[in-house]
Formats: sequence, structure tokens, C-alpha cells
Amino acid sequence: MSPPATTAALRVTGLTAGYGPVTALDGVDVTAGPGRITAVLGANGAGKTTLLRTVSGLVPARSGSVHAGDVDLTGAAPERIARAGIAHVPEGRGVVTELTVEENLRLGALLGKARGRTDTAIDDVYAMFPPLAERRRRDAHTLSGGERQMLVIGRALACGPDVLLLDEPSLGLAPRVVSQIFELLRERVEGSRLAVLLVEQNARSALSVADLGVVLNLGRVVASAPAAELAADDALRHAYLGF
Amino acid sequence: MLQFVNTLLTGLGQGAVYAAFALALVLIWRATRVVNFAQGAMAAFTTYLALLVVESTGSWWVGLLTALAAGLVLGAGVERVVVRRVGPHNELGAVIVTLGLFVALQALAAILFGAQFRSFPAPAGLEGFALGSVTIALTPSMLITVGAVAVVLLGLVALFRFTDVGLRMRASAFDGEVARLLGVPVGRMLTLGWALAALVGSLAGVLIAGGSLVWPAYMDTVIVNGFVAAVLGGLDSPGGAVVGGLAMGVILALVTGYVGSDLVPLAALAVLVAVLLVRPQGLFARTAARRV
Repeated sequence: MSPPATTAALRVTGLTAGYGPVTALDGVDVTAGPGRITAVLGANGAGKTTLLRTVSGLVPARSGSVHAGDVDLTGAAPERIARAGIAHVPEGRGVVTELTVEENLRLGALLGKARGRTDTAIDDVYAMFPPLAERRRRDAHTLSGGERQMLVIGRALACGPDVLLLDEPSLGLAPRVVSQIFELLRERVEGSRLAVLLVEQNARSALSVADLGVVLNLGRVVASAPAAELAADDALRHAYLGF
Repeated sequence: MLQFVNTLLTGLGQGAVYAAFALALVLIWRATRVVNFAQGAMAAFTTYLALLVVESTGSWWVGLLTALAAGLVLGAGVERVVVRRVGPHNELGAVIVTLGLFVALQALAAILFGAQFRSFPAPAGLEGFALGSVTIALTPSMLITVGAVAVVLLGLVALFRFTDVGLRMRASAFDGEVARLLGVPVGRMLTLGWALAALVGSLAGVLIAGGSLVWPAYMDTVIVNGFVAAVLGGLDSPGGAVVGGLAMGVILALVTGYVGSDLVPLAALAVLVAVLLVRPQGLFARTAARRV
């Protein structure tokens, strides 16, 4: 696969965070480069979700730093981090179900416009996910699980982000839907400046779409390598990835 | 027949005010999951300000605008200074704080404006229109009341439906965390929500006072009826608040006209108990409420 990018869109250094007495992240270094999908893998409780929530400012960092390009975002509020170009799609939720599909996308496009991105953000999402275009006037609570995932990813892309944080997009979806969404994501990232940090429990399918992989265990990075190398490392797979 | 029509008209006129009051409660409930027990006292306070302005300028309309502007400021101030400190997921704390505000504002109004009854001028005539030989219970003042509520309602609908800030406010009210991840300054949206709700509450305060008497506790019955109206419509539903308010107005007018005005407070509580027994989520709430 492609070599690591030289300039990181997102650079996380020595990040430590937790909840009360629990340390969920313990000195984690991760980077995400433009035009790359970086998978963050590991068992339940490894700290994957906490990593994303700390990057986007929902969980305060105890130490370490978060940079988007050259901008230091350590300790910034979530809305400021979002405006700086980091879009976070949280796990299993995030659809504003009492808004219509289009209103959900407008929320993202408002931020995109504020960031000086295109006016065509919503149409771009419809082009990427045609099922959403057919349901644009519907209330979002009528969508299926796969359509909801398309909606939250599309809404995040409408923000015109430099970095996309995806938390368990495969959760609760049929394998066919997952591979469809991953393929569309791959196409969207290829040749673009978008950096994706993809958190997945489903390591096999994540590694199939990612360029690079980072394996977390108990809040620490235990491996960081091109996705193909990780997938080929039998010992690592058995120890941490469960396939 | 004429009595029935007149009862209905009176009920709808009164119901428009309950609708506005219920809507103020619903706006705050949706945004911050707080039942604002201080809404009535806040409205009484701004109505006293309006009364001062009406007495000095002689214009009812300038008084109304004063109350609305004061409502905006008071609502924003209460959210910023008091409610925000309670923090999220502290429902009992929020109830106690708004009850405390209710008591404090009512006492402050008595200190500043006096506890005696004062008459508040009506916006227009209080004589019913004549249709041939009969006079119906529809007065110019009532038309202004209903018209003012309708204008504010349509304004709110337009704000929430068609504007960017309205969209951001709805997202903030629905899920603050998701809204923040989309770059929405949720704190500011909540302040704005409280300000708008207090504006609508102030409108109800001035309208109920028009052509009648005000004293520091004059909103107390409106609070009860407006609260029942909000529960009847579903605390989560702005449209439900309006329908619930109109329904409460008509129900109470029917009780007054055909049973006896002594039973009005009892009737309001009977409606509340019936709603809570039969359909606790209210008439218009979406099924499977989103409380987690």
C-alpha cells in the first residue's frame, strides 16, 4: 500500500486521558495523513473511542497534545475543534432524528460554509449516497441503520473537514452495507486532502479499507504499521485483533 | 346557541394566552429539560415594567414592546446567571432553582411595584361586536390578543423552520453534544432559547393583564392553566402547546359558563389528572420519548 504521508493533517502526541480514577489513554501517539485512512484497532476498552472523544474535545486531555496541521487544539472546546476542520462522527448515534435528512445535512453545510468550503456540499453528499437524495424531505428517524450511517458520514463531510473521525461505523450494520460504505469512503478519500481516522472493532474489514493501522491495548499503542503488514502479522492478529 | 358561541369565543381568546404561556414552557423544556416554574413571575415582572411605560407614555403598544424586550433580556440573564450554574442532568436542582426564582421575583415585584391591585389598560375596546341585534363576546381587545399570539407563533415557526439560527437551536435542543461536534455554539443557543421563551411568556403576561388588574401574584392561575395546557399538548411539542392552550381556554370557559366559575381551578386539575392517567406523554408528543 501507499507509504505514510509526510505532513500530518492530525497529529496526536503523548495523549493521556481518562474518567475519574480510570486512565483510558496512556501516552498515545497517532497521526493521520491527507488522502489516507488510518484504522485504530483494538479490543473493547482499549481506548479507541476515548481517543476520538479526546481529540474532538469531548473528554479533556490530562497531558499530551492535539494538532490539526500547525494549529494547536489541545484543550479547545468541541465547537472550536469542529470549526478548525475536525469532524467527529460518534458511535451509534448522532442523527438528529427530529430534523429531516436535508436539515441534518444543512447543519453540516453551515459549518462548511463558515469554513469557506463549497456551496454544493449537500449535493455532493447526495451524489455520494444516492439513497439520501431520495429521502431528503423525510424525517431522519424513518431511516434504516445503513442510511443513518450514510447520513452522519455525509453530514460530517458537508462540514468540509480536513480530518474525519469515524467511530465504529460498522456497528449493527449488515456486512454488505459495511463494505458498501467503506468502498464509498475509499473513493472519497483517494486523491483528496481528507485524512480519516477510523476506529473499528471489526479489524478485518477496517484493515481491508485502511492504508495504515494503529493497534491500541489498554490505552497504549502496541503496533503501528501499514495495514497490509498488520493483517499479515499472525501473532498480532491473534493477540489483539481477534481474527 | 348564542351563549354557546359566546362561551367558545371567550374560551378561545383566553386559550390564546394559555397557548403562549404553554409555548414558553415548552421552548425551555425542549432546550434545557427544565420546567421553568419562574415563568409566571418573570412575566409579571415584565408586565409591571410595561405598566410603568404605558402610564408614562399613554401607549399600550409601547408598553407591549417594552415587556417583550425586557422578557428577552430577563430570559437570557436567568439562563446565563442562574440556570447554567445548575449544570446538566441535575433535574431536581433545576426545579428548586426555578421555584426559588419564582418566589424571589414575586417578592421583588411586590417591593418595587407595591403589592396593591393596579389596573392595566386594555389594548382596545372591551365591548363585544354587534351582529344585527345581538352582541357577541368577541371584542376588539380579544382580536388584538389573538392576533398578537398568532404573529409571535408564526414568527417562531418561521425562525425554527427557515433560518440557520433556528436550525442550530433545534439541533442544540435535541442533542447538545452532536450540535457541538458540528461547530454549533450550544451555550449561546440555549441562552437565545431562554430569551425567546421569556419573550413569549411576557407576551402572555401583558395580554392577560390587559383590561384587568395586576398584582405580584396575578399570573398564578395562568401558570397552572398554562402548565396543564403544555402537559396536555405534550411538553416536547410546540404545536401541542398551542392546541393544548386553546383547548384549556375552551374547557375552562365551558365550565365557567355551564357549571360554575368556582369549579374552574378544580377543572384544570381534573384535566391534568386525566391526561397523566390516559396519555402521560401528551396528545402530540412523538411516541418513544427521547429521554435517556
